[in-house]
Amino acid sequence: MATLTYRDALNQALREEMQRDPDVFLIGEEVGVYQGAYKVSRGLLEEFGPTRVVDTPIAELGFAGIGVGAAMAGLRPVVEFMTWNFAVLALDQIVNSAAKMLYESGGQIPVPIVFRGPNGAALQLAAQHSQAWESWLAHIPGLKVVAPATPADAKGLLKSAIRDNNPVIVLEGEMLYNVKGNVPEGEHVVPLGRADVKRPGRDVTIVCHSKTVSVALKAAEQLAEHEGVSAEVLDLRSLRPLDEAAILESVGRTNRAVVVEEGWPHCGIGAQVVDVIQRDAFDQLDAPVLRVTQADVPMPYNKQLERLAKPSVERVVAAARRTLYLD
Amino acid sequence: MATATAQPANKTASSDVERRMLRQMLLIRHFEEKAAEAYALGKIGGFCHLYIGQEAVAVGSLAALRDDDYVISSYREHGQALVRGVSPNAVMAELFGKATGCSKGKGGSMHLFDAEKRFMGGHGIVGGHIPLAAGIGFAIRYRGGDQVCLCYFGEAAVNIGAFHEALNMASVYKLPVIFCCENNRYGMGTAFERVAAVTDVVEHACSYDMAAELVDGMDALAVYDATRRAVERARKRGHPTLLEVRTYRYMGHSMSDPLHGVYRTKEEVEEQRKRDPISQLAMKLKEEGTLDQPGLDALDAEIRAEVEEAVRFADASPDPDPAELTTHVLAD
Repeated sequence: MATLTYRDALNQALREEMQRDPDVFLIGEEVGVYQGAYKVSRGLLEEFGPTRVVDTPIAELGFAGIGVGAAMAGLRPVVEFMTWNFAVLALDQIVNSAAKMLYESGGQIPVPIVFRGPNGAALQLAAQHSQAWESWLAHIPGLKVVAPATPADAKGLLKSAIRDNNPVIVLEGEMLYNVKGNVPEGEHVVPLGRADVKRPGRDVTIVCHSKTVSVALKAAEQLAEHEGVSAEVLDLRSLRPLDEAAILESVGRTNRAVVVEEGWPHCGIGAQVVDVIQRDAFDQLDAPVLRVTQADVPMPYNKQLERLAKPSVERVVAAARRTLYLD
Repeated sequence: MATATAQPANKTASSDVERRMLRQMLLIRHFEEKAAEAYALGKIGGFCHLYIGQEAVAVGSLAALRDDDYVISSYREHGQALVRGVSPNAVMAELFGKATGCSKGKGGSMHLFDAEKRFMGGHGIVGGHIPLAAGIGFAIRYRGGDQVCLCYFGEAAVNIGAFHEALNMASVYKLPVIFCCENNRYGMGTAFERVAAVTDVVEHACSYDMAAELVDGMDALAVYDATRRAVERARKRGHPTLLEVRTYRYMGHSMSDPLHGVYRTKEEVEEQRKRDPISQLAMKLKEEGTLDQPGLDALDAEIRAEVEEAVRFADASPDPDPAELTTHVLAD
């Protein structure tokens, strides 16, 4: 077990998979000579050469399409977006080409491709650079979507994503790249579609993913310390397929839930989780399920306003208290 | 390196190749006529874009390819699928939405696929498949192969960003792709010159330092020769080419549209029909003495029977099993 940053865990996953399979290559803006806008691809150009670590022009639609075309011809591309905010320009290739090819070809043309890059707000980057895209992407049949919260999950999920025969979206937390954690060395694979209890608890389940896992863990700590409340933190890890069994198992024990996400409230991931809970755990619920999301506004630049817009420990604690009728 | 000029046709096709081209053009023509009938009868649903008038483009260009090359196209692709060797039965059954269709009834007219023939689809978003062609070319180059990828799109796709992004990268990365623009003058009902600042599509190649050729798309042999030159450039040197093939569609944009509509005149359509690619090649073969009228009539009858059989096959084929609704969403 080594202590690695989230960034280096992703780098390790890429390196190991490129060593394992010559069909795997990395393509995107600044991935080669510049070593990656967030340094996730550090050293890969030197190790694998320019055929397998491919710098592109700023043309998200074009290079995403090159990735999909290469996958149609049997390669296993990893397409890096500098951020998911820019990937919106490539949505046609993700949604109309990658996600539909297998189906509309009657099963003839699989598209084994990974689209990855940082997602969600960082600090004071303002409205166009501070968005969480998971509900857009998880909406689409034909895609798989993962959003790792820890270095170990980042490595294990990216390795699984690269080996999967479908288009897989890997949403990396822009604020997580420097986070350190223990990462198993060598073959460490986390299956897609499996949630993970990051902190066990009895009284309320806090469902979260990506950056909000750390928010939920801090909230659980405060709840334990100040309220004597035992909160379970359930990290979804995969948003499609969604681990409904894990959600129901946890809520079946705690009878209460708070769902946290970086995205906006309307049609968010939390709405989907709430649907699962109300449908299959209705009788086990002791309180309405509550959601904590980004405020329903474009992200402001001002530091104080930005803080108010993001899901915070305070808001998660308050929501958990409400489910327990402690207010 | 950009050579945005028309080159004299070498007319290098042998008479066997010419006869095959005539046969394939007749097949497309009669197939599409039958498709129009079936559409009117409600046997084909959705959007259905016919290729009548443009036959020489598919037939001339695909004759220059090897079996291990790749082909990708837009939604006006029935003709290309047929020439590439997807059987008329499988194409017609797909238009009918049947389980025996080349995409198992899940794709329809706009999404014909045959992985074995390396026919990489019918794609429905204008210009969206042009980067895919570059990606297939990328995979060829990655593996050190000498195949090429032939990509068809209409002139209206030239105004969309995907075209420019793909051509730039194909040139930068030296990808073995032939970008074949079928300029039939109208994007749906909009004349190209009304919406394009540069109306000679070949000129765009200059922006991307790419070889280009302007080709008479009503002459299957001219298309064949130009494509052969482009294929050689791609196979031997890995360089892409932009072909602008000037053609004309006799029918409306899709089966939902009138024949000539308000955006062009009946006279214009009639004028274009005088340069019909099938009549031209048939005339040439007759003049050369390699085909006589009884021979042509026999060929025509044989193809009509083949197309009738495709309709019978499609009609008799079963719908996909309801369980097929949820298959092929994800690969194993």
